Amino acid sequence: MSTRTLLSPWTLERPRGKIGYWLVFTVVFALFTLAFVVPLVWMLLGAMKTAPELARNPPTLLPERFNVDSYVDAWNFMELAGYFRNTVIVAGGAWLLQLAVIVPAAYALSKLRPVLGKWIMGLMLATLMLPASALLVPTYLTITEVPVVGVNLINEPAAIWLPAAANAFNLYLLKRFFDQIPTELLDAARIDGAGSVTTMVRVVLPLSRPILAVVSIFAIVAAWKDFIWPLLVLQDPGVQTLSVALQRFEPDTPINVMLGGLVLASLPMVVAFLIFQRQILAGLTAGGLKG
Amino acid sequence: MSTITSRDASPVAPRRSPPARSAQDRAGRLRRTVADNLTAYGFLSAALVVFALFSWYPIVRGVLLGFQQVNFVTDPVWVGWENFERLFADPLFLTAWRNTLLFTGLALVIGFAIPFAVAVVLNELRHAKGYFRMVVYLPVMLPPVVVAILWKWFYDPGPGLFNTLLRGVGLPPLAWLNSTDTSMLSLVLVATWASMGSATLIYLAALATIPGELYEAAELDGANLWQRLRHVTIPQTRFVLLVMMLMQIIATMQVFTEPYVMTGGGPEDSTVTVLLLLYRYAFTYNDFGTASAMSLLLFVFLGGFSALYLRLTRTRS
Repeated sequence: MSTRTLLSPWTLERPRGKIGYWLVFTVVFALFTLAFVVPLVWMLLGAMKTAPELARNPPTLLPERFNVDSYVDAWNFMELAGYFRNTVIVAGGAWLLQLAVIVPAAYALSKLRPVLGKWIMGLMLATLMLPASALLVPTYLTITEVPVVGVNLINEPAAIWLPAAANAFNLYLLKRFFDQIPTELLDAARIDGAGSVTTMVRVVLPLSRPILAVVSIFAIVAAWKDFIWPLLVLQDPGVQTLSVALQRFEPDTPINVMLGGLVLASLPMVVAFLIFQRQILAGLTAGGLKG
Repeated sequence: MSTITSRDASPVAPRRSPPARSAQDRAGRLRRTVADNLTAYGFLSAALVVFALFSWYPIVRGVLLGFQQVNFVTDPVWVGWENFERLFADPLFLTAWRNTLLFTGLALVIGFAIPFAVAVVLNELRHAKGYFRMVVYLPVMLPPVVVAILWKWFYDPGPGLFNTLLRGVGLPPLAWLNSTDTSMLSLVLVATWASMGSATLIYLAALATIPGELYEAAELDGANLWQRLRHVTIPQTRFVLLVMMLMQIIATMQVFTEPYVMTGGGPEDSTVTVLLLLYRYAFTYNDFGTASAMSLLLFVFLGGFSALYLRLTRTRS
């Protein structure tokens, strides 16, 4: 596929164009590697140096002795296993609950079209107008005493799951996708005797795999990366997520152990990205910004 | 109008069913409408509960809280504009807004221009496309806390990576986070590094939709490279540029993780942001009323940008 861009293919064919192209390419390649690969490699190498070696100025380029002690120390002293488990519980629960809440809602608003449906969608979308941080304090107070039921959810994973489920943006993405599924398909299912639940599960959801993948990625990545909300509602060290715990350990942890922890905490998302790169990058542009 | 009256007046209404069946029909239809609506609201119920409790109710409560004094012992007391007056009397309040606006301004200059320029260049390169897209997006996948701690180490004035690089090319080292002159700039650099991947890839997707004929036509008219960029590329991506700019303003005005983890607001309050101060009011001083007053001000300031953003994205799609 070669669509014409800013430069014409003609210019690039000429010897001067060719030289210019490879010159620019080399510079960009070097800059990208320096800006985005070197820092990560520096982190990996740093985690294999000892604390005294890391304090040396100028720093050594390669570790004097490659050792994985920092990773082992980080894992043991910071008890990372527990924080990994907490993060998985928080992110996994937020993802599942969000899907369980917004998928049926988007289906109802798109296909069952109840009275006041447009109003409800409007009220949900209106929540997007508020900067998330403007709601920190009132939502925090709501979590300390949930209305009607009166329970305190501080230090419970539900303190993260429930507000995460009220995601108007993802709900809107789903609804917009469902809107494009022809009604005839649903009518056909109905004539065959399928109820609304069966129609949703058997007809709508299989057709919606791409958008479900996008929404899932958004939900999991957001929950995994979030810092300020877990910082507020997960105060007990025993239930904290990786981000909150690392920040708490940072002031009094030797830098080599800290670096080991940083590498370990980054691994799951980086590995997931390398595996699902295509889906993640496609989802990024599908996220409502197709100009 | 006349056809309707004549049809109504005609003794035999061809399309109308006999009255008895019509009533039965209507009852049946009503029952089905009610049943359909009940089903629909069944599907909606979980979302309605979650939105009511954790979105709509906090919004209303946030507005009220801004005018109340809250402690957890007695009922909230209505105090009018007192919270706002306390804020305006706090010298840090003005500092926080100035710092945040500086962050947003620098982030627009650096974080808005760079990804677009990078995308325009990448769009011309025909090799290693996958590599460029992958590495620019890698930092986006790192948790922001990891990035902040990592960069704090890079910024170390002694053996830190950046000063080592500066010394390596013969430049004087910088104090980075330790000086009021460079602290905010340092935060903008790390925030830009961590988030520019998404902006770059969104611009690349937008650039790919520009029809090649436009460039050909411009070139036939004698437009040089800069003129083509100025009169074809930028107008064709104007919408995405505008939306991204709004999104970036909204996001950067709420900056919290970088100053919280990297500087704690220092040195000399040079990196105290609006959200950092809001956090202190709420969770250090336990003054939720004043913190809510601050949220309201932030909301009023950003509400216009958000409304514009929603309008643009919704009407376009």
